[in-house]
Amino acid sequence: MKLTEEYEDLRKTVEAFARDAVAPVIGELYEREEFPYDIVRQMGRMGLFGLPIPEEYGGMGGDYFALCLALEELARVDSSVSITVEAAVSLGAMPIYRFGTAEQRAQWLPKLTTGEMLGAFGLTEPGGGSDVPGGMRTTAVLDGNEWVINGSKAFITNSGTDITGVVGVAAITGRRADGRPEISTILVPAGTPGFTVAKKYSKVGWNCSDTRELAFTDCRVPAENLLGERGRGYAQFLQTLDEGRIAIAALSVGLAQGCVDECLRYVRERQAFGHPIGHYQAIQFKIADMEVRTHTARLAYYHAAEKMLAGEPFKKEAAIAKLVSSDAAMDNARDATQVFGGYGFMNEYPVGRFYRDAKILEIGEGTSEVQRMLIARQLGLGDL
Amino acid sequence: MNIVVCVKQVPDTATERKLRSDDKTLDRDAADGVVNELDEYAVEEALRLKEAHGGEVTVLTMGPDKASETIRKALAMGADKAVHLVDDALHGSDALGTSYALAQTLKKIGFDLVVLGSESTDARTGVLAAMLAERLGVPQLTFANKVEVNGTSIAIQRVTDYGYDKVEAVLPAVVSVVEKINEPRYPSFKGIMAAKKKPVEKLGVADAEIDVAQVGLAGSWSEVADFAAAPPRAAGTVVKDEGDGGVKAADFLASKKFV
Repeated sequence: MKLTEEYEDLRKTVEAFARDAVAPVIGELYEREEFPYDIVRQMGRMGLFGLPIPEEYGGMGGDYFALCLALEELARVDSSVSITVEAAVSLGAMPIYRFGTAEQRAQWLPKLTTGEMLGAFGLTEPGGGSDVPGGMRTTAVLDGNEWVINGSKAFITNSGTDITGVVGVAAITGRRADGRPEISTILVPAGTPGFTVAKKYSKVGWNCSDTRELAFTDCRVPAENLLGERGRGYAQFLQTLDEGRIAIAALSVGLAQGCVDECLRYVRERQAFGHPIGHYQAIQFKIADMEVRTHTARLAYYHAAEKMLAGEPFKKEAAIAKLVSSDAAMDNARDATQVFGGYGFMNEYPVGRFYRDAKILEIGEGTSEVQRMLIARQLGLGDL
Repeated sequence: MNIVVCVKQVPDTATERKLRSDDKTLDRDAADGVVNELDEYAVEEALRLKEAHGGEVTVLTMGPDKASETIRKALAMGADKAVHLVDDALHGSDALGTSYALAQTLKKIGFDLVVLGSESTDARTGVLAAMLAERLGVPQLTFANKVEVNGTSIAIQRVTDYGYDKVEAVLPAVVSVVEKINEPRYPSFKGIMAAKKKPVEKLGVADAEIDVAQVGLAGSWSEVADFAAAPPRAAGTVVKDEGDGGVKAADFLASKKFV
């Protein structure tokens, strides 16, 4: 699979940016668990936050695959930076672009596409993750011409930065005829009274990414903040999540590739028993396995993205891509850490960071178990 | 203002670079080609001048077909159009030959200001800006870390060992820039897409009225007589601080005539 000239130029540009602007500073930021505002500003200027959105909204007029290539190159160096872009675009801006009214698009997109403002999406709750909509508790009740939101959301990326502008909140807005909850998405601007953001979580990885719990207590927003149709919330985020899986797959491939990059450098330098350690088959086989996983996972996400852009069903391919890529990331991080030995356990080496960042990839945007469930259903086993 | 930026494709400094054994010229297939880093500063400076004063930025490169990648990058950064001087007859030109070929092309396409990096990371002669200015009969303002244009006059800060000189001239002129004069922008995807549609004019030696006797390996005044791989770096001296580290370090520096 050969990238076209434009995609390849984009990939190279982001590769150079990650190497020259992210790599030198990210280790320290990670140590201090700081949100990378300066890197975000630079990525905003490059247009990374507007990659798949048309130029009339301040975007780059590219497509979702362009976004994926950028996410992969960023994650080769650091996953926190990559997930910040992924969440801002895929979960923040894209739903507004796709489902928003002309007014909502005009109000939010020009700032979201330039990275001046970050968007977030609140779906998961403290008591409900994979079991939405059944497990959802957050409610929104229409009172006159205002929505009154009550409930809480958990693990929401980009929700509490200085530049967070808007959060799409999935909430129960009623009961459907069949008794199941009616879910809608409502846009809540940052700073709305009744909307509070807890302090950052202490996480195992993704330490430069902003992840928080959100609370809504009689939070009132205008009725026109409803995103898309009332009752379409579930369908909206199923589509959002299908796409998001390809993006997370790309990010995972980036991490897996980063492990290969780091190991190739290290095994040439590190000496043991009179040779660089790359001389030994035990190391060579490990790196060969890492390369195989990265390569096959990349093909899986390229293929899923290709189907998606062609307008074909891609649910199964996206789930496969997410599953193999997060496995590849996890396996490569483990092997890379092993190749680095004691240094792999030190935070000053990127592979230690990769190891800490890899685990969430098997959980976020649908767990590996959910991916298997989706694949089995796509094979017709859902009704047995 | 009609600004022309000369950019050169060079082998990636991060990769192993080598010369060809047959004609002792650079082996361009051995390494990835990238835009000469200092020329990226030149492109950025030209774009900033255009943004401040209006006009047009043209990229000029001399090099094989592969150098079109370098043109694309400069166009993606925001340059308006490009001229690619490409001809087998130019292969192996030294600095004199290159300056002649570029000067002929610049005379043909016209310019108010020529901007280029102060040297390339491959040949590193650092003389091209001066030679170009001489051949074009215009002022040379070299090693600039600041450029200001005011109407038809131009002023730069020329970096020196002791600080900087202020140098002024009247346009048209040639300016070479040093690193850190600015922060070159990364091309946006919009810029990358737009670059595909920008005009790139390909010129051969005849188009630019270049006398082939003055270019190429045969027309060059300087010749690479021989070359050898750089010797591996010798192991450094380790000084162990046993309370006298300062004295030992000072003695070492004195032995090298640094102090």
